[in-house]
Amino acid sequence: MPTPETLPADLAPKLAVELGLKLDEYEKVVAILGRVPSVTELYMYSLMWSEHCSYKHSRKALKMFPTAGDHVLQGPGENAGVISVGDGWAVAFKMESHNHPSAIEPYQGAATGVGGIIRDIFTMGARPIASLDSLRFGTLDEPRQRYLFEGAVAGIGGYGNCLGVPTVGGEVYFDKAYEGNCLINAMAIGLMREENLTRAVAAGVGNLVLLIGSTTGRDGIGGASTLASQEFDEKAEDKRPSVQVGDPFEEKLLIEACLELLDAKLLVALGDLGAAGLTSSASEMASRGGVGLDIDVTKVPQREEAMKPFEIMVSESQERMLAIVTPEDLAAAQAVCAKWGLRSTVIGEVTGTGRFVVREGDVVVADMPAATLAHDAPVYDPAMERPAYLDEVQSFDPLALPHPTGRDALSATLLEVLASPNICSRKWIWEQYDHQVMLNTVVLPGSDAAVLRIGDTGRGEMTGVGIAVSTDCNGRYCYLDPYVGAQIAFAEAARNVACSGARPAAITDCLNFGNPEKPEVFWTFHESVRGLADACTAFGVPVISGNVSFYNESFGQPIYPTPTVGLVGIVNDLDDRCTMEFKNDGDAVVLLGRTKAELGGSEYLAVMHGMVAGKPPALDLVDERRLHELLANAILTGIIRSAHDCSGGGIAVALAESCVAGGRGATVTTGSDLADAVALFSETQSRVVVTVAPDHYDALKRLAATHGIPCENIGRVGGDRLRIGDAVDVSLADLRDAYEPTLERLVHGG
Amino acid sequence: MRFGVVIFPGSNCEQDVVHAAGHLGYEAGYIWHGDTDLSGYDAIVLPGGFSYGDYIRCGAVARFSPVMSEVVRFAEAGGPVIGICNGFQILTEAHLLPGALLRNRGLKFICKTADLRVEESACQWLDLAPGTVLRIPINHNEGNYICDEETLARMEANGQIVLRYCEADGSRAEGGSAPNGALDDIAGICNERGNVFGLMPHPERVVDPLSGGTDGAHIFEGIVRRIAEVG
Repeated sequence: MPTPETLPADLAPKLAVELGLKLDEYEKVVAILGRVPSVTELYMYSLMWSEHCSYKHSRKALKMFPTAGDHVLQGPGENAGVISVGDGWAVAFKMESHNHPSAIEPYQGAATGVGGIIRDIFTMGARPIASLDSLRFGTLDEPRQRYLFEGAVAGIGGYGNCLGVPTVGGEVYFDKAYEGNCLINAMAIGLMREENLTRAVAAGVGNLVLLIGSTTGRDGIGGASTLASQEFDEKAEDKRPSVQVGDPFEEKLLIEACLELLDAKLLVALGDLGAAGLTSSASEMASRGGVGLDIDVTKVPQREEAMKPFEIMVSESQERMLAIVTPEDLAAAQAVCAKWGLRSTVIGEVTGTGRFVVREGDVVVADMPAATLAHDAPVYDPAMERPAYLDEVQSFDPLALPHPTGRDALSATLLEVLASPNICSRKWIWEQYDHQVMLNTVVLPGSDAAVLRIGDTGRGEMTGVGIAVSTDCNGRYCYLDPYVGAQIAFAEAARNVACSGARPAAITDCLNFGNPEKPEVFWTFHESVRGLADACTAFGVPVISGNVSFYNESFGQPIYPTPTVGLVGIVNDLDDRCTMEFKNDGDAVVLLGRTKAELGGSEYLAVMHGMVAGKPPALDLVDERRLHELLANAILTGIIRSAHDCSGGGIAVALAESCVAGGRGATVTTGSDLADAVALFSETQSRVVVTVAPDHYDALKRLAATHGIPCENIGRVGGDRLRIGDAVDVSLADLRDAYEPTLERLVHGG
Repeated sequence: MRFGVVIFPGSNCEQDVVHAAGHLGYEAGYIWHGDTDLSGYDAIVLPGGFSYGDYIRCGAVARFSPVMSEVVRFAEAGGPVIGICNGFQILTEAHLLPGALLRNRGLKFICKTADLRVEESACQWLDLAPGTVLRIPINHNEGNYICDEETLARMEANGQIVLRYCEADGSRAEGGSAPNGALDDIAGICNERGNVFGLMPHPERVVDPLSGGTDGAHIFEGIVRRIAEVG
């Protein structure tokens, strides 16, 4: 019984509620302990049982995801998922949100988001080789949104560049729906030899608990419960002290030291300290291993004076790792840490009791079964109700609107859509990121997916195999129909990867939603998970890791449902990679797939009519998969010179982007009988624009026929203008002027 | 012929440099910043990265690493010393090269391919015709080269300006071609003797066509050829 911190029986429940526990959850803690919990225990349970750490509202729904596959070495439940990519190489990846800290302090929020997800990767024994970031903000006409956007981009760059981990891709959307609650989803990818796969599983009674890295301060106390698991209101600014501050230099040293420790087989287990700090890292390691841990907080190096045990146990100070080492290997392990200038301190040991005991010197301040923190959080079955707004938005028919006609109006419309902040070039962002370090970025940012060579310059081993990576989610579609929208998020990521010459291998996800205790919000969550699960199942692609971020609301208004997908595909031979830019004058431009009249939720509708309404485009998963098979096979034959999928802005934008990227014009038709504006800007799924040498068109058409995919030669590459039938005639220079400088201009308030 | 690549805490391009040298068929090894033995190396490379987090000032702490006094001795003996990006910053902090590198104009980190014009210079390690245009990526937050007028005039007279940012055709734009605002478009300089060479662009990133080009190979090959000639 922890005596010095004993709480009066009437005060304990009040503190529990203040810390974010519900009364019945508090009662459950009392039942587990058989007594009134101590202050430290209450803090520990409140954090571990927060939504952010326990997934108590989402856990049941997440069971819908397929998680198995022949190549899956580690599925959900660890710090990151891991797949085999052949020849003994394995890739670890995961995506995670850092939304609320970033909405308060964008630079540090985004920077520590990158730092946290990268720790998850090297914890698994993998060297981080790339990161991607999926971002959402309000519209850039608001000064605060510009501040958030500019700060987040600088924070991502500031952290990743210093680490020497290339930032190779991602996406960004701007919409009023994210004005009060921006989204910062960071994905990291790591590479390892399969035999180096390490898990955060404590083992071996008598083994030592070694804390490596930074000192512990009061920063980020309660980040998981007060920031990540509550909605924003006018007091949000007061939460600034809950935002952690990052030190990428310390993390760089941690990466090198930890990988050296794992290479030398000096560690029994390794875990990082993220949300809920030492509490979550230690209790998860203990509970996975079925052992107990005994920790003395006075041994933890502290950067502030007079820290209370609970503060030390829940601090989210960054750049710290927890390792289990045998007494025999301790000296060697500490020598490696010292070489890298890192602190390493024994703070406790592994016990056979299954209990997590926290001491302050000789005094026990917490004593609970370790597994109850990590795994006994209540699991909820939240109420669901289809939101009333859906009927209203879905019944809207965008085709009934007046649409521009004639070459001048349609050409102007294309330029306007191309200059939309949601479409225009992202160069202003990725030129602030080191996207080349490690020498493996084979396809740079700006194409459909980033392509990385599987190779390790440090080991001097390079292969001809690659991975293609993409993150995607169109929140508008998810708002209009969360089931279809989530499927499209998957389909688009898979299509981007297919256009690069890869086959999808696995996904991670970051599910961003409002308050799950609201039945209408939870319904959108459940539908999104169901949609994503169905899409993954149809493609035979497992979900190997992920993150749920609820309470993304401000002043009671939830964000669009935003289930971001991060997909990794495998390119068996990098010689078969494919990019989006038009490459040769005279090449035939071919549309795979068929355009339908689908303007619901389109960029055109938002830009030209100021509306987010209608039904999102339909998605036929069977057609989509056949299209990807066709692409894979066609790219393998070597006849495809460029491939670019039609997504936001429709075929008009896809053609314009391939022109700008290749510095070449084209003379084409839409390949459709629909009204010009509809044909140009419809966002029908399962369409890709490819180019082939004219002689190869017949071969492509035959191949397409065997896959049951419509295939039509719509024109030729060449010249310095983009001409689309009688509808569009724009110079390459005008396309470039609309596409390239927009983001920078908007950031500067232009 | 063996390149020695120094690892400071926070360096992050050392593996890339070693790999690039290896890709071109040259030997290369790592030198820990705490070591002081440079024997067995024919050329020393200070790689890119964020040595000591670039806290205080880029390169300001690294110049005090134990290895640096040996690097200075190596340079004084006429050995080839190349500083890339953060390595260039360290060379200026160590006073092996004149001037300093300030925060980029525009206050943004810049990662992109730059056009660079080879100048007629005393640099011993770049045997390319003046006017040759190389395309090599830059990747830095502090590449805005600066020095006083007197130093600039002296460098110009001594042929110490090795590389300048330029347009694709080799011309220099009015108002400057340097994306980072560098004085006189300076991208790379050498010491008077021509054996210490610092440059902001990353040649190691473009030796393998798979990663976007081969122009960086000239820098490595230049050193190797010259050393072979001198014996």
